[in-house]
Formats: sequence, structure tokens, C-alpha cells
Amino acid sequence: MVFALTSAPATAAEIELSIEIPRLNVSEYHRPYVAAWIQTADRKLVRNLTVWYQMRDTDEGHGTKWLPDLRQWWRVSGRSLDVPVDGVTGATQPAGKHALTFTDKQPHLADLPPGKYTLIVEAAREVGGREMVKIPFTWPPASSQKFDAKGEKELGEVTLSVKP
Amino acid sequence: MKIASFLSIALVVTLSQIASAHKVWLLPSQTTLSGNDPWVTVDAAVSNDLFYFNHHPLRLDNVVITAPDGGSAEAQNPSTGKYRSVFDVQLEQEGTYSIALMNQGLFASWVENGERKRWRGSAATFATEVPANAENLKVTESVGRVETFVTNGAPTKEALKPTGVGIELVTATHPNDLYAGEKTQFQLLVEGKPAAGLEVEIIRGGTRYRDSQEEISVTTDENGEFTVALDKPGMYWLSTSSQDEKGKTAQAKTRRLSYAATLEVLPQ
Repeated sequence: MVFALTSAPATAAEIELSIEIPRLNVSEYHRPYVAAWIQTADRKLVRNLTVWYQMRDTDEGHGTKWLPDLRQWWRVSGRSLDVPVDGVTGATQPAGKHALTFTDKQPHLADLPPGKYTLIVEAAREVGGREMVKIPFTWPPASSQKFDAKGEKELGEVTLSVKP
Repeated sequence: MKIASFLSIALVVTLSQIASAHKVWLLPSQTTLSGNDPWVTVDAAVSNDLFYFNHHPLRLDNVVITAPDGGSAEAQNPSTGKYRSVFDVQLEQEGTYSIALMNQGLFASWVENGERKRWRGSAATFATEVPANAENLKVTESVGRVETFVTNGAPTKEALKPTGVGIELVTATHPNDLYAGEKTQFQLLVEGKPAAGLEVEIIRGGTRYRDSQEEISVTTDENGEFTVALDKPGMYWLSTSSQDEKGKTAQAKTRRLSYAATLEVLPQ
């Protein structure tokens, strides 16, 4: 018991993020580019959580050419970011639910000042659409909380769990 | 007689309306780019509708491309067709390029042996081609700028620095960072100085698919500034013009200045 109490502050506050990429029945399907990031009310980027794009080499290089299609992410972060970024960028993902966990020991969340933030997940698909899902939350969380949001086209269920 | 004069007035009015309805523009294929070897292709045309090639190509004699480092870049693969001119720009540097057509010149008219003569050219050829003692000589200087902006990677402002020639646009918000519903502050300069009282017209493209132009009319304040909220996403055409007596050429009594820019506004 004593051990548990003393060790309590050492446990990491964390964020669990689940992003669902819907299965779409379209004639030409490309996996979406997806970015998830945390920003403030005045639209300043705080942290990039993850960015998925076409990392395979083609004759146009990596798929960085289409990164500006993630319009809002491009505006707050992408255009001034040198991709790839360790621990942030990754390859595009297939349809399904993708779970990600970030603790405050990781660079994504380390030293994130207390405050009100918005988690944004943006998806853009070549010859498809673009969609954003926003979830406001407070950091650090006082208690465990779970937020749900749902996209209509390019994103399925997005859930954010914050744990103190 | 009455009918004749009425007709001639009507004709003059119609012609001037047609003339003022013509829009000159450059349209880039993309405004925001990234990737290994980004290029844009630019259309240059004069038309009634935005952005349709239905009237005249713009001549590509005076393409001025300013690279992000302030140096100049080449227009490649230039071609002029029936309705539009087109050229490519390779964006070798990261940052913002300004792509412009700068037209500067003199128009002269005079009477020779009872006949009206017209001439257009540069200040350099004026002395040799226009008789010095021409009767009823009227000279007008004109400075016209048509431009657009494209950005490779993060936007920069070096290429947007005013040059002090003609009418120029200064944006508090970067011209490649315009979003629907957000207020944008612009400033217009004439010869590098804030231009008060300029009437500016802003029209969103796709006029063919709506019943009215939906133009936004604003006038610059004493600092040459105006603020607008461009509510709908799209490619916008911004234009203004003015006339004064401050021609650089001694013979030119009047000076006509014109400016047109194509700006993209993205959805949120």
C-alpha cells in the first residue's frame, strides 16, 4: 500500500487514441493520409501525435507531394516540418481500427503544459475526400475520461482516452 | 439626329462596360506544394468569366518570377494559344514565389495631316518613333501588374517585398494562407507608399455557375488598408486601378495604374 502511494506520481499520464479507417466501396481506393495532432484554441500546434503518408519510394519520391492535402495539418505543422519524423510519421494504414498510446514520458506529450486543448484527426484520400474530427480535452486529466467522435466519410470512430 | 446621338452614347457606355468587364489573370495549377520536384503550370488570360478562357490570351513578354530568396526564376515551356497563354515554373527553392506579368509602357495619340495617329511603346523608343512637334499630342503612361503566388513548403515573405513600381499588394496574412471565414488584412501601395481611397473589387471564381458576380467592393483607408472576410473557399480575383498625373515620363500627363491578383482561399 505504502509502495503504491509513493509510486503513484511516477505513473505516467497517458493518451489512448483509436482511429478507425472505414472500408469504402469506391472504384479507385487509396489509403488515406492521416494526421493526428494536439492544438490550442487559437489554432497553434502543440504536439504532433501521428502522421501517416505514402512512404514507399515511387518515381515522385515519397508521397510527400500529397501531404498538403491534409490542409489543416499542413497549415499548423506540415509545411514547416521536415518529414519523416521519428516516432511521428509512418506508413498509410489499411481499413480498420488503429490504437495508439502515448505517455507523458514520450516526446509527444512530455512537458505538455496544463491547459485546454483540442485533438484533431484529419484524413485525406487521393481521388477521395477529406475530413476532420475534433475532440476537446483538458491536460493533465483529473480523472480517466473517454471521448468519442465519429466521422461521416473518410474517418470512422475516433476515441480519445485520457488517463491521469 | 436625336436618335443618332442617343445611339452613340449608348454605344460608348456599352463599350466601356465591356472594357471594364474584361478581367486579366494568372491562374496557377496549385498554390501549395510539397514533394521532391514540385512544378506549377500557370494560365494567363483575359476573359469575362472567372476563370474561363473565353476571350484572349495574355502576352507573356514580361513575365517576372521572384524566387523565395529574392532572386528571379525562369518561366519554362511558354506557349500562347487562341484563348490562353501558359508557362511552367519549377519550384527549386522552398518558400513562396511571386509570379507576375509586369506591363509598363506609353500610349500616345496625335494629329498628323488631319489624321489621328496612335502609338504604343516604351519610353526608350518614344523619342525616335513619335514626332517631337506632334500636334495635339496626348501621352499616357501605364503600369500594370498581374500576379499570383505559390508556395513550396512553408510560406515565406522575401518574394513579396514591394519593389516600389506601380500598384502592389501587401498582405498581413500570407497570400497562400487564406482560409474561408477568416478576416484578412491587405494593404495596397502605389510606388511603395500606402494608397488611400483605391477601390478594390474582389470576385470569387466560377462566376459561370451562379447568377450574379457576388463581387465584394472595398475602398482602402488612409493607410491603404482594407480588411475582408472571404467567406467561401475558391480562387479569388482581386483587382484595382487608378489614374493620376505622376507619370515618370515628362511627356506623359496622365498615368494609369492597374493591379490584379489571383488568390486561393481554402476551406477550414
